[in-house]
Amino acid sequence: MYVAVAAGGFRRYATYRAATAAGVFTNTVFGLILVYTYLALWDVKPHLGGYDQAQAVTFVWLGQALYATLAIQGGGFETEFMERIRTGEVAIDLYRPADLQVWWLANDLGRAVFQLLGRGVIPFTFGALVFPTALPHDVGTWLAFLVAVALAMVVSFGIRYLVALTGFWLMDGTGALQALMITGIFCSGMTLPLNAFPGTLGEVVRVLPWAAQVQVPADVLMGQADPLPAFAFQAVWAVVLLAAGRLLQTAAARRVVVQGG
Amino acid sequence: MGERGAVAEGLRAYRLIAGMWMRSTLTYRASFALAVCGGVLVTGLDFVSILLMFSRVDVLGGYSLAEVAFLYGLSATSFGIADLAIGSAGRLGTRVRDGTLDTLLVRPAPVLAQVAADRFALRRVARITQGALVLGWALVASDIVWTPVKVLMVPGMLVCGGMIFAAVFVVGAAFQFVAQDASEVQNAFTYGGQTLLQYPPTVFGKELVRGVTFMLPLAFVNWVPAAYVLGRPYPLGGVPGWAAFAPPLVAVVCCAAAGLAWRTGLRSYRSTGS
Repeated sequence: MYVAVAAGGFRRYATYRAATAAGVFTNTVFGLILVYTYLALWDVKPHLGGYDQAQAVTFVWLGQALYATLAIQGGGFETEFMERIRTGEVAIDLYRPADLQVWWLANDLGRAVFQLLGRGVIPFTFGALVFPTALPHDVGTWLAFLVAVALAMVVSFGIRYLVALTGFWLMDGTGALQALMITGIFCSGMTLPLNAFPGTLGEVVRVLPWAAQVQVPADVLMGQADPLPAFAFQAVWAVVLLAAGRLLQTAAARRVVVQGG
Repeated sequence: MGERGAVAEGLRAYRLIAGMWMRSTLTYRASFALAVCGGVLVTGLDFVSILLMFSRVDVLGGYSLAEVAFLYGLSATSFGIADLAIGSAGRLGTRVRDGTLDTLLVRPAPVLAQVAADRFALRRVARITQGALVLGWALVASDIVWTPVKVLMVPGMLVCGGMIFAAVFVVGAAFQFVAQDASEVQNAFTYGGQTLLQYPPTVFGKELVRGVTFMLPLAFVNWVPAAYVLGRPYPLGGVPGWAAFAPPLVAVVCCAAAGLAWRTGLRSYRSTGS
């Protein structure tokens, strides 16, 4: 059943072809702007964060490819889920013979896979063709990268599920979504690779769950990190976040019952 | 009714609709204040990323932090002005899709004024505030040799920049008559353009700089006039010295072109019939 839910999530986004094409265009434009600023930065400071210029460029295009996939700034299932919480329709979902968390996870994974294929591949290919990039030649590294991306999808879901659940207490999700935007952009490396962050700030952001989203897959792809410890880092965060979501969901479900009766 | 009458009528409709939305926003003052504070934080993020870069280097593209902040402040503030005034037009595609544009067409007021003032979001002052703060800091921190002309140029750049960005917004909205759910293309030019102008022109490839100077003249928002204020040569040959004073002309031409694009788009509109 959850496979069908995921397929539904995939198909739903596949319907909007013009929107997808527009997204590809936008990601390419932003990628171009970022690439030039990174090149200027690495020009002044070669090997910043242990990357050479080609690696910095690769990082930019990976970020653009994963931006919609991992819903870095939001824009996944959470808006709809929060709306259902606000209107109370979530009560119906709770009575369904499906697990709420797994149901939304399946839905969001379907969306993420579509965004990766629909919005990710083209900007990335463009970037790799036009600029010198640091891409591996062996299939194994690419497979490891895909595993890292899959784990990143789960971590991303875990974070957004927690944010969405705050809707049970806050009702208005504007503030929570804004916080999601800020942390997503800043802590996942969309503005600057996390290994180029200075000092203590850099050490802190590299152990936060957001690091599992762009930084870790990028380092796996470019051979900067060993796959197994990288997977372990992502998996630990995925489990912790999903468990926290499960706990919060139980508390929230009780709240719905209290309100209803 | 002459052209002037239509403009006056449009402005009046705009004022009425925007005023209504402003009053409704200000009903919940605390919520509004929070939204503005949050907005200042969110829009300030891209300046934080510039600060992060400068925590590792002293110059970027040959420009110091204060000089980049000058470019950033000009770009962000003028974009904020355009976004506040006309940013709502970006949602035109939604109205075309769900057919609610038809209700605007039958009302006795110019459609562009209605679309621009629709859900007028006063919280967008956040971006203007944030941009102005950075600009203010840049004016103090940079070692610009001020002359009366340069002093006058700063507010001039904000006004002309706002007009140029507003023209981009209108062209983007007109494009949505054709491509209904491709509003993200517009984002590439509006938000993308603003992001581009935050950095010195020396950072970018010659082709890209040429494109935003001669084809889509975003460079006149800040790059070209700011080069004069900062006393730097513009990184393109063939851009004469007087180009620094061209923004008003460029802004007027852009707005005229945008008006033309809007009319063409509106004329091509076929209702969904739903």
